[in-house]
Amino acid sequence: MFERALAGDKKYWGLVIVLLAVVGAGFMAYLVQLRLGLQVTGMSRDVSWGFYIAQFTYLVGVAASAVMLVLPYYLHDYKIFGRITILGEFLAVAAVSMCVLFIFVDLGKPMRVFNVILHPTPNSVLFWDMVVLSGYFLLNIVIGWTVLEAEKNMAPPPTWVKPLIYLSIPWAPCIHIVTAFLYAGLPGRGFWLTAIMAPRFLVSAFAAGPALLILLAMILKKFTKFDAGTKPIQTLAKIVTYCIIINVLFVAFEVFTVFYSQIPDHMRHFEYLFVGIAGYGKLVPWMWVSMIGMIVASILLVIPAVRRNHVTLAVACIMVVFTTWIDKGLGLITGGFVPNPFDRITEYWPTALELVISAGVWAAGFLILTILYKIAVSIKEEID
Amino acid sequence: MKTVEEKTATIDRRKFLKITGVSTIIGLLGGWKFVELLAPGELEATYLPKAEALTAKRWAMLIDMKKLTEETAEKCIKACHHVHNVPDVGDPKREIKWIWLERFENAFPGDEHEHMPEGMEGKRFFVMCNHCDNPPCVRVCPTKATWQREDGIVMMDQHRCIGCRYCMAACPFGARSFNWGDYRSLIKNRNSEYPTREKGVVEKCNFCAERLAEGLMPACVEESGGAMVFGDIMDSQSELRKIMREHYTIRRKPYLGTSPQVYYVV
Repeated sequence: MFERALAGDKKYWGLVIVLLAVVGAGFMAYLVQLRLGLQVTGMSRDVSWGFYIAQFTYLVGVAASAVMLVLPYYLHDYKIFGRITILGEFLAVAAVSMCVLFIFVDLGKPMRVFNVILHPTPNSVLFWDMVVLSGYFLLNIVIGWTVLEAEKNMAPPPTWVKPLIYLSIPWAPCIHIVTAFLYAGLPGRGFWLTAIMAPRFLVSAFAAGPALLILLAMILKKFTKFDAGTKPIQTLAKIVTYCIIINVLFVAFEVFTVFYSQIPDHMRHFEYLFVGIAGYGKLVPWMWVSMIGMIVASILLVIPAVRRNHVTLAVACIMVVFTTWIDKGLGLITGGFVPNPFDRITEYWPTALELVISAGVWAAGFLILTILYKIAVSIKEEID
Repeated sequence: MKTVEEKTATIDRRKFLKITGVSTIIGLLGGWKFVELLAPGELEATYLPKAEALTAKRWAMLIDMKKLTEETAEKCIKACHHVHNVPDVGDPKREIKWIWLERFENAFPGDEHEHMPEGMEGKRFFVMCNHCDNPPCVRVCPTKATWQREDGIVMMDQHRCIGCRYCMAACPFGARSFNWGDYRSLIKNRNSEYPTREKGVVEKCNFCAERLAEGLMPACVEESGGAMVFGDIMDSQSELRKIMREHYTIRRKPYLGTSPQVYYVV
């Protein structure tokens, strides 16, 4: 099947070359980081995790959201999703690849990464995150590839793949729950120390992931002969709508608990993010864009006419993807570290080099996605 | 006579299976030996402490803030940072520090109020790793690069640390520093008795484990002129416990349940 990734038109190769160029730039930047250490980033003693870990967190959510297609299709026999389930599974593969790369580029001693396997430590949530992420990667690539191959041969998928599919359904939320537990179990980080962290991660992921899938399906329709069809897109749009509304609600629940209880250890982080403290407030405009954007997107998506019109739906989906990205990919990590354990403010902003490395990782993920989608689309085109 | 190509071409299906079967078995046997080699055995080295080594059931530190002057504090910091090859990075955002001074309201956030005795606001307290009884840094480390000894000391293996900095996120006391770059050139007056650190690993105070092994008190304690007392908190006859019986002591953020083992007489 892979040979289908090697034959394509000019647009396909153009995209591959552009992505490869960005990967190359990211790789060169990474070599600089490897030589000089993480001092090339904006991170510090006080904000010791930054853009890399934030991207990782956001992308775990994108990966987990494949279950929003797999579950209705396989558990409820919701046939409408049959055509696009593969898009969700391959998006998960690409997203998990980016997660692994973002963790890797964040390590101070990347050459020792296998110490996590050499000295397995079950009391560390990071160990479990490695277990669930690698498992999820394997599940999705095996399931996606096998089902697609069966489809190509116009045969039903082999029976052994069914148990794997059922396993992948509870596995998907697990990857994001475990990722939330990375943060939610730390004493002394009031911003993260909340039981709603995992549920909030899940709903924001189940809004952002399907929104991204809708956009990807639209792009595929525009540039290839593959048409996902109106019905699955409309169902996905409803999933996005419910999840983004629940996410806004969850933020409101969090804000109530934090500000009605008036516990400074919890309030200070919200103050930093939304109004700034003592003149420090680099993230303030971003956080307001994120929150207002989420509310506006929720209102837009509730209106059936907006959902049905593909242009307005695309706009709403872009808003959902962008606002949830600010929330998780910018605010969440920095917000947890500011103020620091001494109640002092050290701000964080990624450096240019950090952003180039991050762009390289994103491009690597999109390259994987492009290749996998190319294979899937070629086969679907062939069958049609 | 047959050429080589013809010979290979004459290998039939039966012969092929035979050859591959046998070589697979040989391969598996070899593979098994490999597994045996890697299996845990009796090769682990044991470490025997020297006769003069200082030992305790549970080490703890007491800092008498009535006795500690800023002058003494500077001497203690200097001694610690010298014996442990702590570099002088200069940049407060990226610096390495094992022991340092923090104002009361920063070291004990939330404990300050408007009607404290004179001199309490802004009073500079010694802070360091608390060697918690229930250390969150140890709980989160994915490689056991940071671990707790039986005598309570929270140790760091800089050769195993992968630099993920999860321990820094977990520590509620800001006690851990990361080598953001290669800081070895910034060490003034290097102590050849103690290792330096590479870029990319985390470090912190180790209660002078290497000095205790030689029968010496921690470097800061030696320089403190009695303001710092280090001892066995499980030994009711220890100097530490004697002072704790006579004075009320406080700890940083005890409500977090980490059970810090650095006590302050205020």
